[in-house]
Amino acid sequence: MANHSDKRFPKAMFEPAQVDEKLAEKIEKPSLNFWQDAFLRVRKNKAAIISFIILMLLVIVTFVGPYINGYDSETQNAAHSNLPPRIDAVADVSWLPFDGTWENRSGEKLYPYEERGIEESYWFGTDKFGRDLFTRLWEGVQISLLIAVLATAIDMIIGVSYGAISGYFGGRVDNIMQRIIEILTGIPNLVIVILLILVLEPGILSITLALAITGWTTMARVVRGQVLKLKNQEFALASKTLGATDFRIIFKHLMPNMVGVIIINTMFTIPNAIFFEAFLSFIGLGLQPPDASLGTLIEDGFKVMLLYPSQLIIPSIVISILMITFNLMADGLRDAFDPKMRD
Amino acid sequence: MGKYVLQRIFYMALTLFIVISLTFFLMQLIPGSPFSTAAKLSDSQLAIMNAKYGLDQPLPVQYAMYMGNVLQGDLGVSFQFSNTPVTELIAGRIGPSLSLGLQAMIFGTIFGILLGIIAALRQNTWLDYGSTFVAVLGKSIPSFVFAAMLQYIIGVQLGWLPVAFWRGFEYSILPTIALSIFPISIAARFMRTEMIDVLGSDYITLAKAKGASGYEIAFKHAMRNALIPVVTVLGPLTVSLITGSLVVERVFAIPGLGEQFVTSINVLDYSVIMGTTILFASLFIFTVFVVDILYSIIDPRIRLSGGNN
Repeated sequence: MANHSDKRFPKAMFEPAQVDEKLAEKIEKPSLNFWQDAFLRVRKNKAAIISFIILMLLVIVTFVGPYINGYDSETQNAAHSNLPPRIDAVADVSWLPFDGTWENRSGEKLYPYEERGIEESYWFGTDKFGRDLFTRLWEGVQISLLIAVLATAIDMIIGVSYGAISGYFGGRVDNIMQRIIEILTGIPNLVIVILLILVLEPGILSITLALAITGWTTMARVVRGQVLKLKNQEFALASKTLGATDFRIIFKHLMPNMVGVIIINTMFTIPNAIFFEAFLSFIGLGLQPPDASLGTLIEDGFKVMLLYPSQLIIPSIVISILMITFNLMADGLRDAFDPKMRD
Repeated sequence: MGKYVLQRIFYMALTLFIVISLTFFLMQLIPGSPFSTAAKLSDSQLAIMNAKYGLDQPLPVQYAMYMGNVLQGDLGVSFQFSNTPVTELIAGRIGPSLSLGLQAMIFGTIFGILLGIIAALRQNTWLDYGSTFVAVLGKSIPSFVFAAMLQYIIGVQLGWLPVAFWRGFEYSILPTIALSIFPISIAARFMRTEMIDVLGSDYITLAKAKGASGYEIAFKHAMRNALIPVVTVLGPLTVSLITGSLVVERVFAIPGLGEQFVTSINVLDYSVIMGTTILFASLFIFTVFVVDILYSIIDPRIRLSGGNN
């Protein structure tokens, strides 16, 4: 009991604190807007960030790729047909498949470059017409991305307008519009897409159109749900009282509050469109030669899989990376924008 | 409940009617006639052929004829496969597709559910991350890419299983795996979320407090309730199986409906395309219907709109 007057704890330390009522409500950190808030949460999702970086690199390569090795995608050269991939810099690294050899089914190694006395190297090899596959691949990815982005954009415009009108005006309008959607979603997309492309002849535009026509219903439903939730809130009422038109309320006041869900939906639509384009090419409804897309490249590669596997494997890897990164990013964004996930 | 079912049946019929009409009219818009690819026919021969198939009639008459025939289960005759009735053609092809689809569905959902349960029970361990990884891959990689890779690596390179064709059970293993990767990933993701949700509820805590073993809690108490919402994904899964079967059957050269459909698209065999489309659509519409009804039956907590309990 000798510690009654411990010098380490002077009496002054036990004075009651001064409570300033003004400071009680003070917010310590700067307040964040919607985007900053979302970014903070996306940043924690490593998979989404890594996916984003990989995707950006892939997009850069896609647009630069066709110009860096000096070949173009359409020049045919029968003497250089079906060459294996060869990259001079890594040709000696044994575990990389870029040494310019094929292996036939009995395990023998073939050296087509040496046999035919070809000096140049084709990084990803050539196809049966001797076209450079490196250039063709990236031009194909460009077309696939173009179709996907275009279809998604049309999708978004139709879906958002339809959903907003249906939800905002409600009543009989909503009822009729929802019944139409119900019937449309009852029909499998695949059926409509295939029939439309049969009618319109395969091409970039018809594939885009077919994808857009079938894809917008999900967006419309999501947007309608949001509008129903938002349109009765005070800020919408205030705007209405001040004489804003319906159009202005929908697009100026309700829309900014739905950006999150719209972005999430779009991010899921893009990989879906990439998949459908490739799928259509694979069943013979894709782009017509000489145009190439990821789907037609995979289709061509599949036909010669046993002889020249790299022609199938390389585009397959690229489409898989595209799909995985898009899906992971969409997952990450969904978690970040979803207010229920706030921590 | 009865009112709801009736309402759904009405919508089902309406959707089907629209699908059939849509198919019919879109087919009419396709350039070229079924005989344009055939050997050169004289005008009189063409007229005979057109008359035989009713193609010389005005469009509304053709439409009415087709509708009537479809309702009686007659889907017309194939133009390319030497006048075989479409129904016969489909009947001969449906076997492999059906067994492949069922195998993939059963294997996919069971394996996916197990994967989801394991992930939920071992949250944030390598088991959880592993199953999430599988789910992401399964959702992302297109089925035909996956099928071609399986075929190349396991069939050609390793030689463990037959590369293609349809001659027995071992021939069906690779296609089944290729087709079930999507159901696996969807079921696993869904089951994991539901399981985590259920594991946090009070009755699980009670079961724990009463000393039930982990195994008992997981499979006897939690799984049953977590399974209910998983029923809802059966609808989308059927679609994925139909879509997948088109390409997987092509990759593995399986003589099924999907392969048939792709062939008939390439040779513009109208009646087969229409028949198969109608079949696929009915299958989809019917599955969604059954799933909705099933869902309301097995989960008494759900109140249906328009239903009076």
